[in-house]
Amino acid sequence: MFLAILKRLLMLVPVLIGITLLSFLLLQIMPGDPASRAMGTRASAEELEAMRQLWGLDRPIWVQYLYFLRDCVTGSFGVSIFHKQPIIALVAARLPYTLAIVAYSTVIALAIALPFAIFAAARRGRLADVAIRQVFVVLIAMPPFWLCYVLILFLALGMGWFPTGGVGEGFLANLHRLFLPSLVVGLSTAALIQQSLRAALIDTMQADYIDTARAKGLRGREIFLRHVLPNSLISTISIIGVRVSWIIGGTVVVEKIFSVPGLGSLLIDAIVSRDLPVIRGLTVFFAVMVVIVNLITDICYALADPRVRLE
Amino acid sequence: MRMLRNLLRSPAGAIGLAMMAITAAATVLTPLLSPYDPFALDFANAMQPPSALHWFGTDNFGRDIFTRVLAGAVYDLRLALVCVFGPMAIGVLVGLAAGYSGGRIDALLMRLTDIVWAFPFYVLVLAIVGVLGPSETNLYIAFFIVNWIGYARIVRGETLLISRLEFIEAARVLRFGRLRVMLRHILPNAVTPALVYSMSDVVLTVQAVAAMSFFGLGVQPPAPEWGLLIVESIDFMREAPWMTIFPGLAIVWIGIAFALLGEGLSTALKPKG
Repeated sequence: MFLAILKRLLMLVPVLIGITLLSFLLLQIMPGDPASRAMGTRASAEELEAMRQLWGLDRPIWVQYLYFLRDCVTGSFGVSIFHKQPIIALVAARLPYTLAIVAYSTVIALAIALPFAIFAAARRGRLADVAIRQVFVVLIAMPPFWLCYVLILFLALGMGWFPTGGVGEGFLANLHRLFLPSLVVGLSTAALIQQSLRAALIDTMQADYIDTARAKGLRGREIFLRHVLPNSLISTISIIGVRVSWIIGGTVVVEKIFSVPGLGSLLIDAIVSRDLPVIRGLTVFFAVMVVIVNLITDICYALADPRVRLE
Repeated sequence: MRMLRNLLRSPAGAIGLAMMAITAAATVLTPLLSPYDPFALDFANAMQPPSALHWFGTDNFGRDIFTRVLAGAVYDLRLALVCVFGPMAIGVLVGLAAGYSGGRIDALLMRLTDIVWAFPFYVLVLAIVGVLGPSETNLYIAFFIVNWIGYARIVRGETLLISRLEFIEAARVLRFGRLRVMLRHILPNAVTPALVYSMSDVVLTVQAVAAMSFFGLGVQPPAPEWGLLIVESIDFMREAPWMTIFPGLAIVWIGIAFALLGEGLSTALKPKG
């Protein structure tokens, strides 16, 4: 197991280098001169030249890439033009909020998907199953940024149950304040988990070992809780793994709307102030996050299902 | 034709198709459905709630929201369809070539897709448009860079499976050209799952293009694009919630139509037996 994980980590190295290269090249296409954009129109020719030298913009493009790679490897991810701070310092202050929304939304998604998946699987093909399916189709069809405002309108402004945004101090305060943003991210994940879990439950119920369990005289309830549900939930782990890139991307939208000072807000602000190093560093950081979470879910999957082996 | 008949036979497909037909008709026949101009200001009738005169109410400039939502359909549908089916065409061809030729090209392509897939979709699109500058053209560029990957992966996988089937062997034994085998024999079979996937892709892309104008990075005002209608409504949300709700419902409507169509397609295209 340990060796397999080590091997997976080594295999990540080319992917991580590819991520830095792709971010560098994609964001190299920015029109105009980054130095004059950052300094504004009033900067003198000497000042601009000094700026270019400071950032290495006068060097050939592959040297610039190597600088960027060095910044990523040493962990600073570059220096922000606007904040004049290493990007990792900006990230460190905001990462907890983003991770909190990712985790919270996954919990909410499971809490919604689980009962509906079980109910739909039990009533497979009947009206309730079809109706649940259609409700989740409608959920997926709702654009997240709009759903944020609809929830603000009804639950925050209307009922006054939740604040319209911002974060609080302490765990309980944030459990309350981050509920709406996490709900928006969680709902679309819930739809996906419900569909796959329902299919997995139906598959498992028809497996031979369930017949064996029944033949041994186990009660239906016990079969379900001990055999059907755990085995079906394993497939859900891999669904969450596949989905994690989408979940992390979804936080960008909700963070901006609910004024959560997370990585997504940082990205949008960097785009508005055209802070290229931050845009680039954050893009790499987001991708690295996805790669790490994918690795973790793969390991969990292998631990949960002895038939699966890490390659 | 047979595909269309099969599609209509599944309830989901029939409803989805009907919803699309209604949307298309409403977009073309806007002047018949509404006497208002989507851009004409009418301050005397500002922020009217929905009524028989103004089905979706009016905005802060007194413009009829129903008319504006219909006028916006052109923007959102054009963007979503081009941003899905353009990249799909590229992805299908790349996946076909990679899957059929195999070897080094295939390995290289798969590594590339692995890397692009590590980036969260919204992050990559936001970063690209953010760097290029906000405009409709740059929105297309960003979606074309990102969206072909899924199709390349799906079609490559299908091509690998189909290449091993007997009828492809037969075509090779008959000494048909590579291009003919790829385009005439493999492509029609490999494209099916990509087509089903494209329907759910449209659902997410309609939301994404609207989200981009929401961030000020997509279609620019004064176009009545749905995302823009929602942004412009935010300041008036408390007094005139209909300004926010109806443009969003239009996105939901399109989403449901394509989701149902996708469900219908997957039943209609499933091989019999």
